[in-house]
Amino acid sequence: MSTAETRTRTTPGLVPVPETSRATERRPPEPPAGAVPPRRSSSAFWRLLGSELGLTFRRPRNLVMLGVLAGVPVVMGVALRLVAADAELGGIVTSVAGNSLMLTFASLSFLVVLLMPVAVAMVAGDAIAGEAGTGTLRYLLAAPAGRTRLLAVKYLNAVVFSFAVTAVVALSALVTGLIMFPVGPVTLLSGTTVPVAEGLLRILISVGYVGAGMAALAAVALALSTFTEVSIGAVAGTMVIVIVSQVLRAIPQFDGLADYLLPARWTGFDGALRSPIDTGAMAEGLLTFGAYIVLSGSVAWARFSGKDITS
Amino acid sequence: MTREAGAPFGAAPPSAGAAIVTRGLTKRFRGGQVAVDSLDLDVPRGSVYGFLGPNGSGKTTTIRMLLGLVAPTAGEHTLLGLPLAGALPRVGALVEGPAFYPYLSGEANLRRFDAADPTASGATVRRRVGEALDRVGLGAAAGKRYRNYSLGMRQRLAIAAALLGPRELLVLDEPTNGLDPQGTREVRALVKEIAADGTTVFVSSHLLAEVEQMCTHAAIMSTGRLVAQGTIASLSGGQVSRVRIETPDPAGAARVLAALGLADVRATDAEVTAELGGHAPERVNAALVGEGVAVRGLSVVRPSLEDVFVGLTGEGFDVDG
Ligand SMILES: Nc1ncnc2c1ncn2[C@@H]1O[C@H](COP(=O)(O)OP(=O)(O)O)[C@@H](O)[C@H]1O
Ligand SMILES: [Mg+2]
Repeated sequence: MSTAETRTRTTPGLVPVPETSRATERRPPEPPAGAVPPRRSSSAFWRLLGSELGLTFRRPRNLVMLGVLAGVPVVMGVALRLVAADAELGGIVTSVAGNSLMLTFASLSFLVVLLMPVAVAMVAGDAIAGEAGTGTLRYLLAAPAGRTRLLAVKYLNAVVFSFAVTAVVALSALVTGLIMFPVGPVTLLSGTTVPVAEGLLRILISVGYVGAGMAALAAVALALSTFTEVSIGAVAGTMVIVIVSQVLRAIPQFDGLADYLLPARWTGFDGALRSPIDTGAMAEGLLTFGAYIVLSGSVAWARFSGKDITS
Repeated sequence: MTREAGAPFGAAPPSAGAAIVTRGLTKRFRGGQVAVDSLDLDVPRGSVYGFLGPNGSGKTTTIRMLLGLVAPTAGEHTLLGLPLAGALPRVGALVEGPAFYPYLSGEANLRRFDAADPTASGATVRRRVGEALDRVGLGAAAGKRYRNYSLGMRQRLAIAAALLGPRELLVLDEPTNGLDPQGTREVRALVKEIAADGTTVFVSSHLLAEVEQMCTHAAIMSTGRLVAQGTIASLSGGQVSRVRIETPDPAGAARVLAALGLADVRATDAEVTAELGGHAPERVNAALVGEGVAVRGLSVVRPSLEDVFVGLTGEGFDVDG
């Protein structure tokens, strides 16, 4: 029995009623359906970014990660001091133990390889996938956060976190270094000696450079984050990219590729330790970071702006 | 077939006055499954509109399309006669259950979603969040982490999130799902209260009784298609009421009913039923007693939406939990 037959036979009076007296009684007709869309407050973007930053910097997981990153330079400082006390070792140990500022550069070059990328990937990879996984994404978009606006806020948040990660490492290393090792003119990689104030400036330049490098990684992680509802997948995917890049970088046959790999560029902050500062290499590094950001950002936007949110 | 049913209004463009209008709204998911099939909905302002259908009939998918979460494969829709971005701040929504940040308090969660609304003011958020929490009875649990909320509290928090601003339309997807009877009663009462303020409520449900109790209008879905929509009265009006008489003398009763002109008289051992038509039940009773037929009980069986659904689809309504 077809439904159409049934309907005409058993429910002759069944006509869709778009507007009924009952409905209109309950609510008198409104002034033309509020034809003017609500005013967008100009501070709305910053309010959402503030909310995002609040979540990121209050989330226990992220705080633990920042704590670990702050702890590593302290451990490194203590260890180097103990080692330096009973041996005449050369190279990095003497240079770090010999000057309070050198621990900062040593910590950055050690942590930039793996631990800092992990921290950044954890936040940026979680950005969209995490919200999708918990279902909060549908409520943010229904609010309506706006897809492009949400993506921009998520990325800016990840950029702030990238610089925070770098700054935490540098600050912890700087304080530890100042406590444990002698303060005085800094001997650079190129053998030149510069005063403490200039050493601090060079630390600042390094932090800016490494922060930008981490922000480039954040863009990659954010792009991956738009493809999944499992945030650990986006984080792991980002780390796979980092590790594969490290491996490729180590293989001599792929020498030409190294210039385009993020990990190879991250360590380029040591350009700030040369005299004069190796601005050419650092500018190239920043350009590479910019290229990653533009490319990954486009992928993220293309994917996210048209995605069906079914979580 | 659905388009035929919608023919009288199918050609009309979305009107500015209605709360929700959809025309030919269709979603085909990757894999080819059609979740929603040329849906033509007209939800009048001020109505409590029940969006009724068994599990898997396309209710949630429709709501996701209405809110811009899922792109329709075909068709169009408007909310409140506005472009979507302009309409959404005036729409409160609950889609497929609550979803919040487990490590935040109820209050912090509401602040978070309020921050995502570009038209909401940070200056008034404290007051609005407090009012929304009080409205759903969560004032005392405002500072508690969401992780520690019970299922009923989570559902109420989701409704509070939908009430953060002045709303013209609430879209609630199965708001009583998973609640105990007490929680269900509370949510239904809340919906009635909100509707009494003039807010249009579009509420999906797979429970017929719920829609009959709460709603002024309903649309009935079956496997992605709209099988009927209208006021509850007009929907049930297509089915007839029957009078049912318990009596030790069914043959006598049947005679009297037939003599009164009632149609489709059916007698069993201890009861007789017939279509009531335009007859008043008390007159039927008087006639029976007047003819010396003993009446042990008399009731009027009104048609339910379930009868409507079964009548329209030829299928039973798959009712669970
Ligand atoms: N993301 C998806 N991909 C493929 N099919 C889906 C998806 N979401 C829902 N469906 C299918 O669409 C149909 C309608 O689902 P849904 O809208 O959730 O129904 P309801 O809310 O009425 O229970 C179901 O058959 C379901 O399996
Ligand atoms: Mg559903």
